[in-house]
Amino acid sequence: MIEAKGLSKSYQLGNQHVVALANASFRIQEGEWVAIMGQSGSGKSTLMNLLGCLDQPTEGTYLLDDIDVKTLDADALAEVRNGKIGFVFQSFNLLARSSALENVELPLLYGRVPDSRAKALKTLERVGLGNRARHKPNELSGGERQRVAIARALVNNPSIILADEPTGNLDSKTGEEIMQMFTRLHAEGVTLILVTHEAQVAQYAHRIITLKDGGIISDQPTARAGKEVTAC
Amino acid sequence: MLIFDLFKMAIRSLIANKMRTFLTALGIIIGVASVISMISIGEGARRETLSTISKFGTNIISVRPGEKKSRHVRSGQVETLTFEDARAIEKNISLITGVAAQVYKGAQVKFGNKNSSSTVRGTGREYARLANYTMDHGRFFNIQEVNTSRRVAVLGATVVKNLYGGTVEPVGETIKINGSNYLVIGTTVAKGALSWFDPDDQIFIPVTTAQKRQFGQKYLQTIDIQAENIEDIETIKTNIEALLRRRHNIRDDKENDFHVQNSAEWLNSWGNAAKTFQYLLGGIAAISLMVGGIGIMNIMLVSVTERTREIGIRIAIGARKREIRKQFLIESVVVSVLGGSIGILIGLGISRIVSKMGGWETIVSLNSILLAFGFSVAIGVFFGFYPANKAANLNPIDALRYE
Repeated sequence: MIEAKGLSKSYQLGNQHVVALANASFRIQEGEWVAIMGQSGSGKSTLMNLLGCLDQPTEGTYLLDDIDVKTLDADALAEVRNGKIGFVFQSFNLLARSSALENVELPLLYGRVPDSRAKALKTLERVGLGNRARHKPNELSGGERQRVAIARALVNNPSIILADEPTGNLDSKTGEEIMQMFTRLHAEGVTLILVTHEAQVAQYAHRIITLKDGGIISDQPTARAGKEVTAC
Repeated sequence: MLIFDLFKMAIRSLIANKMRTFLTALGIIIGVASVISMISIGEGARRETLSTISKFGTNIISVRPGEKKSRHVRSGQVETLTFEDARAIEKNISLITGVAAQVYKGAQVKFGNKNSSSTVRGTGREYARLANYTMDHGRFFNIQEVNTSRRVAVLGATVVKNLYGGTVEPVGETIKINGSNYLVIGTTVAKGALSWFDPDDQIFIPVTTAQKRQFGQKYLQTIDIQAENIEDIETIKTNIEALLRRRHNIRDDKENDFHVQNSAEWLNSWGNAAKTFQYLLGGIAAISLMVGGIGIMNIMLVSVTERTREIGIRIAIGARKREIRKQFLIESVVVSVLGGSIGILIGLGISRIVSKMGGWETIVSLNSILLAFGFSVAIGVFFGFYPANKAANLNPIDALRYE
């Protein structure tokens, strides 16, 4: 599903060579829930941008559903993001002038998917906001906004959902609700990659990849993974 | 993404900034309004000129008295043109089909208890033909009536309307011009008013009657001569000049004491004035369309910067470059077309006002509206392209981080 082989990213800042990510290799299978952890500056944002096809690696290969992302041009990358990746951001990033329904519908419009309205509404119902479809983002609470954002990420049935600090702008109770929702979605078979610096949030995942100074320092399953396996 | 959705988004973002949208469109509004009014005034002026020529008669050469000059100071009109001059022209000049000597003055005309202030024109029997008047009732005066200075009058259509109001048949009635009785022998068909002068608000009487019995003046104000062919006009003018110089005993080193002019010439100069006005409006239009376009570009650049984050979101969820570009292009085209449409309406209003004030018709053609519309679309695309391209080429990572 996802395969990273020696993934590296470096910049030239003035006459300084900055390595943001060095030689990261891992695989993520379909249906997995992986948390990527690390302090700020550890390279987790860089890794997330690479996994989200917003950026290209300077070295190494990234295979998404067996497609080598490096061979794609900007428009093909846009199509990959549209069809295979769903983003959930810390600051929700909804379009302020569009209703919840229109926000959720947007990826379908860019993907030229027929019946976009009905599909968007169905996805909103899936996150429990069917009755808030006509509301603008500023008429919704923080938790509701993040659920709209999750619906937008889900609407195209993507291969993976990339969540970047999804609870960072929420109070702990709403944050917990959002994590419960991710747990439910995961149980329904969605592949999740969660980027966070909070250990507590990362514990919801089944596997934690920890980054430090641009390199992977550990890649381990969590206690939760075992529990679910035994529950099965 | 469907073009309809892009339109919806463009209109929504323009509505969110109503004042800004209006100010942005203002340059285009002024430009297009000038284009529309420019074309309609120009077209109206052209047609007015044509109809004036036909109302004044064609192939007409006018001789008017010059001004008295003493030590290079002009002082009043020279009273040199006489009825004998007109006779001499008629007799001696070839290639002409008619001569009409004229004196004219405003006068009070009375019939019963009704009054009219009209121009009384004393002229010869040829005048009706030269000036394109058609008889409605009765007849124009003949050579005997001119030679014997009879008190007969032919009324223009406006005078008939003012004095009789359509109730009485004027021919055979007697009217008073400044107190003297005249027998009405005919009426003319209306020619229609010009902007500065109504040719139907006139009473025609024999020129000799006007000179001796009505105004008491020896000289003439105009002699109109009709050329047989328009090509001969220059020759005829030269011959008339030579004849009148001889008759007036003007030495070779002195200037004429009269003017010989072709009616087409002064209509031409009048047309040139209209053209100058048209060029002026054209200049305003070009400059304001240019400035308007730059205004659109400026605001679109601001809009792209303001909405960097929105663009980042759109790119992240799968918008292609061309879709971002299209979105912003549509926005700038909508602004300029909006400006264009308002401009068209204002232009129509201006040409209405001009035609009301100037008293002549202005013509707004479908072509000029299409031209203005096309111009505004072109400006929207041309000046919107750079900002739209800038939006399309934003880096999504930076755009998403933009505060």
